[in-house]
Amino acid sequence: MVPLPYYLTLAAVLFVIGVIGVLIRRNALVIFMSIELMLNAANLTFVAFAQEWRALDGQIFVFFIMTVAAAEVAVGLAVIISLFRLRKTVHVDDIHLLRG
Amino acid sequence: MTFTQPTIDLTAVSPLLALLATAIFLLLLPLFFRSAGRALLAFVAVIGLLISGVCLFRIPVVPISGFDRLLLLDPLAIAVHGALLLAALLTLLISLNRVEDEYLNYGEYFSLLLFSLIGMMIVTSTWNLLVLFLGLELFSIALYTLAGIRKMRADSVEASLKYLLLGAFASGFLLYGMALLYGASGTLQLNEMMLGIEADASTLALIYAGVILLFIGLAFKAALVPFHMWTPDVYEGSATPVSAFMSTATKAAAFIVLIRLLAHSELAIRFPWPQLLIVLAVLTMTVGNLLAIHQKNVKRMLAYSSISHAGYLLVGLTAASSSGDQAVLFYLFVYTAMNIGAFGVLSHMGVSNADERVDFESYRGMGYRSPFAALCLAVFMFSLSGLPPFSGFIGKLYLFSAAVEKGYVALVVIAVLNSVASVYYYMRLVVNLYMRDPAEELSLPRANAGLKAALFIALLLTVLWGIYPSLLTDLLAGISRPLP
Amino acid sequence: MPLEIIPILALLLVVLGVVGAIYLLTYLLGPRRPGDVKLSPYESGKEPIGDARIRFPIRFYLIAMLFVLFDIELVFFYPWAVVYRKLLSAGSFILIEMVIFIALLLIGYVYAWKRGALQWD
Repeated sequence: MVPLPYYLTLAAVLFVIGVIGVLIRRNALVIFMSIELMLNAANLTFVAFAQEWRALDGQIFVFFIMTVAAAEVAVGLAVIISLFRLRKTVHVDDIHLLRG
Repeated sequence: MTFTQPTIDLTAVSPLLALLATAIFLLLLPLFFRSAGRALLAFVAVIGLLISGVCLFRIPVVPISGFDRLLLLDPLAIAVHGALLLAALLTLLISLNRVEDEYLNYGEYFSLLLFSLIGMMIVTSTWNLLVLFLGLELFSIALYTLAGIRKMRADSVEASLKYLLLGAFASGFLLYGMALLYGASGTLQLNEMMLGIEADASTLALIYAGVILLFIGLAFKAALVPFHMWTPDVYEGSATPVSAFMSTATKAAAFIVLIRLLAHSELAIRFPWPQLLIVLAVLTMTVGNLLAIHQKNVKRMLAYSSISHAGYLLVGLTAASSSGDQAVLFYLFVYTAMNIGAFGVLSHMGVSNADERVDFESYRGMGYRSPFAALCLAVFMFSLSGLPPFSGFIGKLYLFSAAVEKGYVALVVIAVLNSVASVYYYMRLVVNLYMRDPAEELSLPRANAGLKAALFIALLLTVLWGIYPSLLTDLLAGISRPLP
Repeated sequence: MPLEIIPILALLLVVLGVVGAIYLLTYLLGPRRPGDVKLSPYESGKEPIGDARIRFPIRFYLIAMLFVLFDIELVFFYPWAVVYRKLLSAGSFILIEMVIFIALLLIGYVYAWKRGALQWD
């Protein structure tokens, strides 16, 4: 059996890659994918800990994260499509994401 | 494996069920009866809110924790549900005036509003991380959609995308934090997390990291300062009633969850909460106010002002006491009334022809053209800046005195200075209202009955709670730490 | 840790070796007769027409989004199905629960249907 720290390290690495992706990529779709990576890092952590604690609630949590992420993506894609219709771009620089 | 059926307490969830039924009904009604107009839909929504409110009143004040401990209805939860229902009611009424889009499907709009309300009510009445997450996402996703509801306008859709991307980013932090907390404790109940675990170094590290990540996620929703960047753009781009709802109800929900998080992570870990909160409070107030002063656009000004109000609320949170929590709740009620009222007047005055009239100059002479709305706006501005005798003053008084009781005098001095500075930009708007307008007479559209009702309710509450604060404080007296 | 990984490493080496060997052998032994037809993309034997990266109707996105939403809800059926028989003995609660869940899904379906999201034109 693979020991717990391996899972946790992998999850942490995935999470950090996701965060960096969100911060440095400028394409809305790629940002979305990076966010999904962050959520999946959380999923992996939950499953690993659920195994460690011999409890089911962590695994149930993952089901819910997956469905909620799907809902978020559906709304996100819809918004991106309607923005693309209006602006002809999916680059967040063009839409002044952090105008302050 | 033995299976025990969870207790199902329908009276405890009756406010939620009433809202859910209404929301689904509103979603389907226009599809089956195309003649159902805006007024009918709004009427149905108001009835649903009122039924939910009545159900809320019938819930006993003793803490209920039904559904296998997934649900918790303590005085804190019930009080904030009241504030959220008020926010939704006022938002609904001011939306009747106009949401500035003729293509809008009002059934969907009201339904989304109610769904986000349900999410907020869920998120404030639980200790369970899973339920917390689901409630949070329910109201967030509904709000992402509401922000972009004017789908023919690029600024509205942009606001929606910004809110969604940054919101989902924050959700990622929140979730990872939850996963770490679960890993450290083996339970999803926030209030049981510290029971029966030996706090060795590695567990503590997990808990620290988890709590901080969770806090970041919530700070984003509450628009505290390092995580506030989305606020002005999103409020500016969204329809005015939607901004009103976001600035008040989201804040209420996020602050209640913050109270729950802080109240119980103090139990076992020596986390430097007071220092962290003081720094955040000072930053949030000051940055919000400084940026608000420079704004030319009234809606952006209100967005930055809402950030600074989150800072005042943090002052009450820093006190970490029963009176601090009560003060936070009091201020959330007061802020709901005065801020939604202010946005309501904006949605009335700020629109002429198709252009939004949003800069300070365009409000000149409004006091003579639309006297009642201008009077309301003036009162709300006085109240927001914390001048007596309005309720904003009493609210700040409670918040600051709760902090002084605990000895945070320097923090309160900074808060008061901030409050004084904020008078400048609020008064600028009031002065403009009553200055003679040299330009030609523009005719304002007549305010509709919904807007008038909303303004009247907001005005009444803002004044009444200022003069008789005991009307509200009596209702909040049950809130106490430690939480159940 | 090292001992457990040895079989995986061995497998990896074998895989890489076989793949490399096949490529090398075809390179050495295979006859080469280059031509225009061989370089064109395979489109079921027909003459290729135009670029593959064209815009296609927005309907596809809508259907895809609806599919994702309804598809992912299935994830809740699996744990339910696993424990169904065991928990049915404790009362019909588990059945009622799923009926309510499906009813809520149906509301979403009816909404999408009546709103015209499933209509192609």
